[in-house]
Amino acid sequence: MRTARGDAAAALVVRGLVKDYGRRRALDGLDLEAARGAVTAVLGPNGAGKTTFVECCTGLRRPDGGQLEVLGLDPARRGRELATRTGVLLQDGGLPNGAPAMAVLRLVAAQHSDPMDVPALAALLGVDAFARTAVRRLSGGQRQRLALACAVVGRPELAFLDEPSTGLDPHGRAAVWDLLERLRAAGAAVILTTHSMAEVERLADAVVVVRDGRTVATGTVGELTSSGPEVARFGATAGLPLAALRSALPTTVSADEPAPGRYEVTALQPGAVDPQVVATVASWCASHGVLPEGLSVGRRSLEEVVLELTGGPTTWGGAPDGRDAAGPAPTARAGASR
Amino acid sequence: MSADLQLSPGGGAAPAARRVLAQARFEVSVLLRNGEQLLVSLVLPALALLALARTPLGGLVAPASAAGGRLAELPLIDVVTPGVLGLAVLSTAFTGQAIGLGFDRRYGVLRLMATTPLGRSGLLAGKLLAVLVVEVLQVVVLGGLALALGWSPLAAGPAALPLLGVALLLGTAAFAALALLLAGTLRAEAVLAVANLAWVLLAGAGLLVPREVTGALAPVVAVLPSAALGDAVRAAALGGSLAVVPCLVLLAWAAGATALVVRTFRWS
Repeated sequence: MRTARGDAAAALVVRGLVKDYGRRRALDGLDLEAARGAVTAVLGPNGAGKTTFVECCTGLRRPDGGQLEVLGLDPARRGRELATRTGVLLQDGGLPNGAPAMAVLRLVAAQHSDPMDVPALAALLGVDAFARTAVRRLSGGQRQRLALACAVVGRPELAFLDEPSTGLDPHGRAAVWDLLERLRAAGAAVILTTHSMAEVERLADAVVVVRDGRTVATGTVGELTSSGPEVARFGATAGLPLAALRSALPTTVSADEPAPGRYEVTALQPGAVDPQVVATVASWCASHGVLPEGLSVGRRSLEEVVLELTGGPTTWGGAPDGRDAAGPAPTARAGASR
Repeated sequence: MSADLQLSPGGGAAPAARRVLAQARFEVSVLLRNGEQLLVSLVLPALALLALARTPLGGLVAPASAAGGRLAELPLIDVVTPGVLGLAVLSTAFTGQAIGLGFDRRYGVLRLMATTPLGRSGLLAGKLLAVLVVEVLQVVVLGGLALALGWSPLAAGPAALPLLGVALLLGTAAFAALALLLAGTLRAEAVLAVANLAWVLLAGAGLLVPREVTGALAPVVAVLPSAALGDAVRAAALGGSLAVVPCLVLLAWAAGATALVVRTFRWS
C-alpha cells in the first residue's frame, strides 16, 4: 500500500460538514482529510452525500455547518483563488454542448496563466481523436475524458473528480488511471468519488467510506480489509446439509450458505480458519461427492467491507432501498447526489 | 506521446481580460456555427429587410394612409433599415442569448465555468462581449445589404449614425438583461418557447412595424422595449436626433430587469 507523501499541510480538511436541502440532511457531520501527493477515494452508495460534498468543496454550495478548509482556504470566501488552484470534474459534466471538444479544452486552458500543454494532454486522454466533434455528439466515455482533461489542464494542486471513470471503456479507464497516477506523482492531491472497487484498489492511498452524509470509516484499502475475520469461501452444489459440516468444525468458526451454491466458513476468533478447518471442509465436500470450487481463504474484499459499512447490498448502487428498520431514518438517507 | 506533459501543480489564473476575451471568442464561434442562431440573427432580418423594402409588405411599415404620416414621405428603405437593425439586436441580445444561456444552465455549463478562474462574472462578461461582436457583424452584413438596396444612412445628417449606435447599445442592454431574467428563472424548453415567441411579437410591436402605425394601441406599445428601441433607432436614423423618452424607457427596462436578475437568477 502506498503512503501519503509530502509533509506539507493537508490539501483538504473537512470536519463535521453539514448541508441541508430543505428538511433533508445531505451531509450530517462529514469528516475527511486528504493529503497532497495522494489519491483519496470517497466511497458510498448513491445518495450518501458524495456529490454534495464535492459541491461544497468547490464553492458550488454553501455548507450549513462544520469546518471546511480547501488548501487552507474557505471556499465560500476565497472561491476565486481556489478556482485557479483546484480542478473539478462534475458528475453532470457541464461541458458546453455546441462547441467542438478541443475548443472547450482550449477555452478552459485559456483561463490559466500556465496550463498544461493542450495537445499533449489531449493525446494522453485520447481527446485528440474527437477534437473537432461537437460535445453533443460525443459518447459518454468521450465526454468523461474531455471533462477530466478540463479538470486538470490548469495544473491543479487539488483535483475533485466526481466519478471520473463512469462510462469509460477499458482503454479509457487505463488512460484515466495513468493520468491520475502521474498527477499524484507530480504532487497533486486527488479526491476521487467512485463506485469502482478496482479503481480504488489500484489508485487510492486513502479511502473514506461515507453513509448518510457521515464518515463511517477511513484508512487504506489494506487497513479497511484487514480488520475483518478470515473467511474460507467456496462454491458447490446448492443446498448441501450444513449441519454435518458444523458439527465437524470447531466452535470457533461458523459455516453458512449466504447465496445458493456459495458457502462461507468464517472465523469467530483470530486464526480460527486454520489448515485443519480447510481439511474438514474438503472432506465434507468429498463426502457429498462435490469439488469445493474456487476454494479460497482470505479476509473480506473491499466491496464486502464497504457494503457492510454502508448498510448491505440493498442500498448499494442505487438499488431500491430495502433496508430493514435497523437503518437510520429515511430523511437522513434520501438521495443527495445532485 | 506525452513526455512533454508538465503535470506538476502550479500556475495561476490568466489575466481577467484574457479570460473574458477567450470566453467571448468561444461564444462567438459557437454562435456562428449554430444554424438556428444564424437563421434568427442574420437570415430572418435580411429576409425582413428584402420583404419590407421590395414587396407590398412595405405598406406595414409606411402605409400611404394618414397613419403613415411623415414615414410615407421618406424613402421606404430608409424607414425599414433602422427597424431591421433593431431586430438584429433583439435576435442576438435577447432570443439567442436567452436560449444559449438557458441551455448552458440546464447542462451545468454555468456550474462548471464557475469552478474555473473565469468565474460567474467573467462568464457573463464574455457572453455580453460576444453579443456585441455578433451585433457588429450583423450591422455590417445587414447595413451592407441595405446600402445595396439604396439606404442613405446619412440622409438625416452626420449625427444619425452615432445616435443609431447609441440606440442599438441601449437596446442591447435592455434585451440582454431580459434574456438573463428569462434564462435564469425558467426551464430551458420554456426559455426556448418564450424567447422565440417574444421575438415574433416584439418585432411587430413597434420594432419593425413603427408604433405610429399601430393606431389606438400606440400609447400602450410605447412602453414596450421593442417600441422604445424602434422609436429610438428611427429618430436617430430618420431625424438625426436622440429620442429621449424611448431611451429612458430602454434604460428603465435594463435597470428593472437587472435588479430582478440579481434577485432571481439561478445558476443551476
